[in-house]
Amino acid sequence: MQEEKPIIELKNVTKLFGNKIALDNVSLKVKKGEFITVLGPSGCGKTTLLRLIAGFHAASNGEIWMSGKEITQTPPYMRPVNTVFQNYALFPHLNVYDNIAFGLKLKKMTGKEIEKKLKSALRMVGMTDYEYRDVDSLSGGQQQRVAIARAIVNEPQVLLLDEPLAALDLKMRKDMQLELKDMHKTLGITFVYVTHDQEEALTLSDTIVVMSEGKIQQIGSPTDIYNEPQNSFVADFIGESNILNGMMVHDGLVHFCNADFECVDKGFGKNTQVDVVIRPEDLYIFPVSDVAQLVGVVQSTIFKGVHYEMTVLCDGYEILVQDYHQFGVNTEVGLLVKPFDIQIMKKERICNTFKGKLLDTSHVEFLGCTFECFPVSGIEEGAEVKVEVDFSDIILQDNEEDGMLTGEVNFILYKGDHYHLTIRSDWDEDVFVDTNDIWDDGDRVGISIPPPVVRVIKMTD
Amino acid sequence: MVKKIFAQTYLWLLLLLLYSPIVIIIVYSFTESKVLGNWTGFSLGLYKSLFVNTENHSLIKALINTVTIALFASTVSTVLGSLAAIGLYDMKSRWRKIISMINSIPILNGDIIIGISLFLLFVSLGITQGYITVVLAHITFCTPYVVLCVLPRLKQMNQNTYEAALDLGATPLQALWKVIIPEIRPGMISGFILSLTLSIDDFAVTVFTIGNQGLETLSTYIYADARKGGLTPELRPLTTIIFLMVLVLLVIINFRIKSVKKKD
Repeated sequence: MQEEKPIIELKNVTKLFGNKIALDNVSLKVKKGEFITVLGPSGCGKTTLLRLIAGFHAASNGEIWMSGKEITQTPPYMRPVNTVFQNYALFPHLNVYDNIAFGLKLKKMTGKEIEKKLKSALRMVGMTDYEYRDVDSLSGGQQQRVAIARAIVNEPQVLLLDEPLAALDLKMRKDMQLELKDMHKTLGITFVYVTHDQEEALTLSDTIVVMSEGKIQQIGSPTDIYNEPQNSFVADFIGESNILNGMMVHDGLVHFCNADFECVDKGFGKNTQVDVVIRPEDLYIFPVSDVAQLVGVVQSTIFKGVHYEMTVLCDGYEILVQDYHQFGVNTEVGLLVKPFDIQIMKKERICNTFKGKLLDTSHVEFLGCTFECFPVSGIEEGAEVKVEVDFSDIILQDNEEDGMLTGEVNFILYKGDHYHLTIRSDWDEDVFVDTNDIWDDGDRVGISIPPPVVRVIKMTD
Repeated sequence: MVKKIFAQTYLWLLLLLLYSPIVIIIVYSFTESKVLGNWTGFSLGLYKSLFVNTENHSLIKALINTVTIALFASTVSTVLGSLAAIGLYDMKSRWRKIISMINSIPILNGDIIIGISLFLLFVSLGITQGYITVVLAHITFCTPYVVLCVLPRLKQMNQNTYEAALDLGATPLQALWKVIIPEIRPGMISGFILSLTLSIDDFAVTVFTIGNQGLETLSTYIYADARKGGLTPELRPLTTIIFLMVLVLLVIINFRIKSVKKKD
């Protein structure tokens, strides 16, 4: 069977603002009629992606195709898409009727046709009888409905929605989510939806695109994304999860928290370091018994409405568990997880690797600084080298001046017994650090790397 | 209580001192005496002779020149200034700051400097000075004010408005006409009225650019008149009329500002 042509296709699209990369070589196919959500934290490039499709930005590199035609350079008013903006962007000098009719009037439609289409659009968003109201007199939710009507009345092939519900209160947001989903079904057109709200993404979408740092992290159905995250970023961003360092002993057996667990994953090789993801609701918690795979003590317990959320300390690892039954603080409990609930991810890296230059036998330059290292032999001075530093060997300092170089905490991942931090150095390189100290996102830190931990390796090629 | 009376008295005294010259002229416009300060009974004779007497034709001519110059200059300034503001709004922040500063130089600069520099420019380019040079000069100093009136409206505008218009199928020109202009119209009108008052009022720039072809505006006419010895009595009713016109314009501007604020 021939694969259906995608309605939107991005081919290796890169977008630079100045020399800052907003989108980094992104490729994406959107199927016709699909509800696709681009999900990611703020600043991940999701809105840029949408604006490229709408035509408000020009791609620095790569191609954008729509319905089999290249539209990379097509101006926005020639594209068969319409956008719903986060801040509505209604025209304040026009009333509801004229706002919605704006696009139709430009197409030189007759008054009768406009009237007909407008009525059905207003009915669709539940705003009949509001035609002649001033847009300023409407509430946020009503304004967003008008904005949606203004977009869909043009019958676009693709509707682009840029965090359309972000400014609404929780109750209103939930209602609008359901309405949007209904609208998608009724209209049968493609929706591209941008949000930072993972719950919204899981509720609405056929397909979710998780983005971070201008790159696509994972594309998949909501269940795929939730149950089988491809990397620790996705696992951490979508829902709550326990992410732990583990060791794949052999196919079907993984070691973490100082215990061996059966699992269903294969093909990682023997004794490979991996990341293990377990959702808190997949853990069974019960009074200690023979079936317990892990034994621990409850550290805290919080009532969350439907369930209790408990932290259990097992052999030095904190594990988050959700269950309908409450176990009091200091109770000894047993934990069990079924093999198919253990998600194994290949580690993206097992230590920091930098490109550097050997200055003399005991000095090496990398990350824009000169570091001391243990004397090396067998490598020419001035040669390009690979430098490795283990995550836990890097020292972070509160006082920026104390470090050899400085950076900003960019991403924090709790690994049960330690934090795995991503530090963006001032030279825009990432340094990964394992630490027991608590840092906050955006903290400025000094970075020190003592000589004994710097491993200088000759470039192989 | 005493403090309040004091404050009130002070305020009214100040206003009285500020406005007494104008009040005196208005009062004495209703008497026919040649010399100011000599009340010879109520009469509308000066108003009549201002418009009827052939002696005063040059004065009326000067008035007409003043008004037409102001209308031309304000219209052109409003168009230029609004387009400049739109361009400025779309610029990168660094350039916007630089150009905004350059824009405000003519506002802070003394009129005399603008006058002299324009005079020298016209002379060096060999342009005969007259009506057109005055209009050009007035456009020069009015445009920055229009930019200042329009720019805040653009900044208040939802930043996606223009994109929303493009998205709905409007070409950039259609978007400008159907969305941007209506949004900034209040600023444009304020800028236009401000330009009118500035242009009517101007003396320093006008006197340097008016040339010697016998063209007169009100300000230069009055200046020449005063140097000839004594002001024509008909200037008193004329001053009254202009003052009232400007007052009306001012009330309109203030009313507009208030209603815009209320809306936001």
